[in-house]
Amino acid sequence: MTAPLLLAEFENPETLLQAARRAREAGLRGLDAHTPFPVEGLPDALALPEPRLRLPMLLAGLVAAGLVFAMCWYSAVVDYPLNLGGRPLNSWQTFVILAFEAGILCATLVGALAFFLGSGLPRLHHPVFAVPGFERASQDRFFLSVADPLADIPRLMALLEGIDTISVHAVPR
Amino acid sequence: MSAPDPAAGLLPPQATYRQLVATISNRVQRRKPGRAWLIAFALASLMTLMLAGCIALLFVRGIGILGNNTGVVWGFPIANYVWWIGIGNAGTFISAALLLTRQPWRAAINRFAEVMTIFAVSIAGIFPILHLGRPGYAYWLTPYPNSMDLWPQWRSALVWDFASIVAYLVFSLIFFFLGLIPDMATLRDRARTRAGQVIYGLLALGWRGSARHWQLHDRLYRTLAALALPLVVSVHSVAAMDFAASLMPGWQETIFPPYFVIGALFSGFGMVVVLAALIRQGLGLQAVITHRHFAVMGKIILAGSLGMALSYGTEWFSAWTSGDPAEREHLRFLFTGDYAPLYLAMLGCNLLVPQLLWSGRARRSIAAVVAVAVVLNIGMWLERILIIWNTLSHTHLPAMRGVFVPTLWDWLILAGSLGFFAFLMLVFARILPAAAMHDLGRLLHQREQSR
Repeated sequence: MTAPLLLAEFENPETLLQAARRAREAGLRGLDAHTPFPVEGLPDALALPEPRLRLPMLLAGLVAAGLVFAMCWYSAVVDYPLNLGGRPLNSWQTFVILAFEAGILCATLVGALAFFLGSGLPRLHHPVFAVPGFERASQDRFFLSVADPLADIPRLMALLEGIDTISVHAVPR
Repeated sequence: MSAPDPAAGLLPPQATYRQLVATISNRVQRRKPGRAWLIAFALASLMTLMLAGCIALLFVRGIGILGNNTGVVWGFPIANYVWWIGIGNAGTFISAALLLTRQPWRAAINRFAEVMTIFAVSIAGIFPILHLGRPGYAYWLTPYPNSMDLWPQWRSALVWDFASIVAYLVFSLIFFFLGLIPDMATLRDRARTRAGQVIYGLLALGWRGSARHWQLHDRLYRTLAALALPLVVSVHSVAAMDFAASLMPGWQETIFPPYFVIGALFSGFGMVVVLAALIRQGLGLQAVITHRHFAVMGKIILAGSLGMALSYGTEWFSAWTSGDPAEREHLRFLFTGDYAPLYLAMLGCNLLVPQLLWSGRARRSIAAVVAVAVVLNIGMWLERILIIWNTLSHTHLPAMRGVFVPTLWDWLILAGSLGFFAFLMLVFARILPAAAMHDLGRLLHQREQSR
């Protein structure tokens, strides 16, 4: 069985940031937080890894744009050449418009996919929802979560000494 | 010395996180709809039914019931299309541009601006199908494998139009839903009924406000916002190229794409102002949609009006300086032809009336800003309809010249589309949070840091 998840509840983002920095300096691992809005500086305080999102989006956009351009070129020049008022068959300027739209669309879809893969959502249930008062994590409370096998409630409480902590809970995972 | 308060005049002075959440979410979850909402909803539903009836009749009897004739083939439907897509252009643009430029007043208005985009673009997409002689073949615009061995004609502006609308609609839906996920979690956690918990819970996808998820969310959201700007510009530029890629006098002008984009933002901001006033009043959100919002939007409308003046001026100047008799004849027709009174009314609505907003007193008055916004939206509709009527009524071939006379069905379909839009907005106001609660929370946090 894995170690329980520890959740400490705070009144405002500043105390959460303080607690997060202290937990990181103490060498605790598996740090996360649950907040109603993105708190500036929190990813740094928790030492979260940089998300890799933009490179796949860029590549997907370029590939889709290239494919659509190739499709237009193939159909207009090779497969279905049609002389329209003497315009060149390879009227690439007009293909660019379609390639652009396809590139944006595909980059967006890949970005959304990367978000879902990276976050593990949709995942309708999670152990943290069992914590009493956790429903306020989406409204006005700020939670620090620690998933470190070496941490337990007394150690976390000792670490948070001097920071206004509303409650500390352990949730079995 | 502390930094200036970014939320000055945007949030109540003593606001707390809990109050902000309650202000927005109670409108959806704790209150029964009022009498005004019910009456508006009944009327909007009736108009939506009327629209459905008109479209059914149009499909059965054909486009002969509209005023479209052999000269003015585009008539009302394409003008309505351009008008609606213009309104639809602004919502996602506003949300994205204000995010990237870090405007603190974005927080309360971005949600319904995005919703406005989705509804307006969807409605806009109906109109090109309505003006087709054979609407059942609209899907021929897509490159699908077919037994006829045919490809779409990539050089046709109609195909570009179709691609840009679809891309924009899908993009706007994803952008909107992504911003909505955290708010759905808030509604889930505040729901008191089982149905509310289940429905909002499913829509929240299990969001738990994890810092890792927020980081990913924020990164994706900003990246999409950066993608949104060129996309928005492309959508209305393509709508403009429906005209500019032709050989018609008054249409074949290089100014058209930027001119249409400015017009779209102008009318879109106008519609956002009108909706902001209605939502503020109807949902009692005076605390978060404030005078400052209307004042800054008033400034943008004024800038839009000046941009329109520059566009019209360029149009006239290039018609004169080109020396092309057809272009000059078209310019003369604008001011002296059959539709001259409408053209002058349009100039009054779009250029003269918004000048009121130079006055600080006018910008601080919500009624004045809303009045200007309503007038300019009428003006923008006139502009769209006149772009089509003036050119098609006065083409190169004198034998093809004729005046467009709208029929009852033209007007009913236009009114029905407005009713359908109102219907969708009314439903939105009852089931989704009208402002992004997490963005308001973030704004409040910024203020607390600056103190």
